[in-house]
Amino acid sequence: MANVSMTVNGKTVSGEVKGNTLLVDFLRQNLHLTGTHVGCDTSQCGACNVSLNGDVVKSCTMFAAEADGADLTTIEGMANEDGSLGVIQAAFQEYHGLQCGFCTPGMVMAAQDLLKKNPKPTEAEVRHHLEGNICRCTGYHNIVKAIMAASGQDVGAIAAE
Amino acid sequence: MYAFDIERPTTVAEAVAALKDEDAQALSGGQTLIPTLKQRLASPSKLVSLSGIAETKGVSADGGTVTVGGGTTHAAVAAGASAYPALAALAGGIGDPAVRNRGTIGGSVANNDPAACYPAAVLGSGATVVTNAREIAADDYFQGMFTTALDEGEIITAVKFPVPEKAAYIKFEQPASRFALVGVFVAKYADGVRVAVTGASEEGVFRWTEAEAALSGNFSAGALDGLSVSADGMISDLHGTGAYRAHLVAVLTKRAVAAAG
Ligand SMILES: Cc1cc2nc3c(=O)[nH]c(=O)nc-3n(C[C@H](O)[C@H](O)[C@H](O)COP(=O)(O)OP(=O)(O)OC[C@H]3O[C@@H](n4cnc5c(N)ncnc54)[C@H](O)[C@@H]3O)c2cc1C
Ligand code: FES
Ligand code: FES
Repeated sequence: MANVSMTVNGKTVSGEVKGNTLLVDFLRQNLHLTGTHVGCDTSQCGACNVSLNGDVVKSCTMFAAEADGADLTTIEGMANEDGSLGVIQAAFQEYHGLQCGFCTPGMVMAAQDLLKKNPKPTEAEVRHHLEGNICRCTGYHNIVKAIMAASGQDVGAIAAE
Repeated sequence: MYAFDIERPTTVAEAVAALKDEDAQALSGGQTLIPTLKQRLASPSKLVSLSGIAETKGVSADGGTVTVGGGTTHAAVAAGASAYPALAALAGGIGDPAVRNRGTIGGSVANNDPAACYPAAVLGSGATVVTNAREIAADDYFQGMFTTALDEGEIITAVKFPVPEKAAYIKFEQPASRFALVGVFVAKYADGVRVAVTGASEEGVFRWTEAEAALSGNFSAGALDGLSVSADGMISDLHGTGAYRAHLVAVLTKRAVAAAG
C-alpha cells in the first residue's frame, strides 16, 4: 500500500492505494466520484475519461499511484460553481446529445479537451477527436452537434439523423 | 490483475537499478501493458514506472536528426516533431486522443506489436534506438513480432531519426482498434529510399527491398507498377486474409509515395 495525494476538481485529496489500483477505482471507490464510468475496462470506450494535468486520459488505463501529485478534473468538476450545468453539459442537454447517458461523462471530458486546445473545431475535427469514445445509443450526430454548439458555432447545417 | 508494487524513479539510473529485481517490469504509458495485466497475461512482482523521468521526455531537432526521448507521448511527438512532418503525422494517427496522451514511443518500440505504427517509422527511417546501455540500428533491432534486440531490464531512452528529403506513412486502419491492418512508411534519403511495412507479416515489421530498389531509381508511384509481395507469411485473421494484406502492401506503398510528393 502507498499513500497518494492529488488535486481533484480543485480539492486536495489523499488515500491509500495498492500498486494495481486503477485511477478510476480510486475516483469511484475511495472518493465516491461515481460520475466517471467504466464501460469496457479494456481501453476502448472512453467512458472513464478524465483530465490529467490538462490532457484527457482513460482512467481505467492508468494506476492511481501514477496520479500522485497530479491535477485532475472529472465530470463532477464540469458544472458551474453554483451547481448549474456547464456550457458543454448544457449543450448536450439542449441538442439531445445523450440517451441513456452512460457514455456522456467521457464524451464531455473529451469535448472539453478538444475545445481547450481547438476552440472552434470543424465537424470533422470533432468527429476525429471522439475516435476513442463509444456511444451505443445516439449514433453520434447529436453529440457532434452539441460540441459544435458548445464552441459557439452555428449547427444548423449539421446532419441530424 | 495479480498484485504488484509500483516504483516511480525520477532518473534513468534509478530505473535501471530498480529493474534489476527479479520479475520487475518497466511501465511507460501503460496503454499496452495495463490491458495485458488485466488479462493476467503478465505477472510482474514490481512495475517500474518511467513516467516520472524528465530526462527521457521531449523532441529535439539538430543537424538533420530528430531525437525523440523514449518517454515522449504520441501527442507530444504529434505536436513537437515539426522538423519531421511524416513522423509527427504518424504519431497523431495512433489510437485516439486519450491513448496519445499516455502512450509513448519507448513503449511502442519495446513492445514491437506486429500492427503498431512506430516500428514502421523507425525501420523506414533507418533510425537508431538508444538505450541506457548502447545504440542499436533499426535493422538489427526488430527481430520478429513482439521480439527485439533489447536485453532484460534494458530501457529505451531515445530514438534518433535521420530526417529524409521526403516521407509519408499511410495506414489502412482496422476500424475498431485503429491499429494498422497494414501500414507503409516510405522515406527518401539522398542515398536511397527505404520502405517499411507494418501490420502485414507474421515476422512483424519488414523492409520491402524490391520496392526500395525501384524507388531509389525513380521516386514515383509508377516505378512500383508490376511489383507485388507474396502472400506467404502474411498475417491471416478475421480482419483480412494474407492475400488481402499482400495486396494492400502494394497499394499503400504507391499511396505513400504519392503522399510524400
Ligand atoms: C485503444 C487503443 C488504440 C491503439 N491504437 C494504436 C495504433 O493505432 N497504432 C499503434 O502503433 N499503437 C496503438 N496503440 C498502442 C499504443 O500506441 C501504446 O501506447 C504503445 O504500444 C505502448 O506504449 P506505452 O508507453 O503505453 O507502453 P506500456 O504499455 O507501458 O509498455 C509496453 C511494453 O513496453 C515495455 N516498455 C515500456 N517503455 C519502455 C522503455 N522505455 N524501454 C524498454 N521497455 C519499455 C513495457 O515493459 C511493456 O512490456 C493503441 C492502444 C490502445 C489502448
Ligand atoms: S472504461 Fe476505460 S476506456 Fe472503456
Ligand atoms: S447515450 Fe447511451 S451510450 Fe451514449
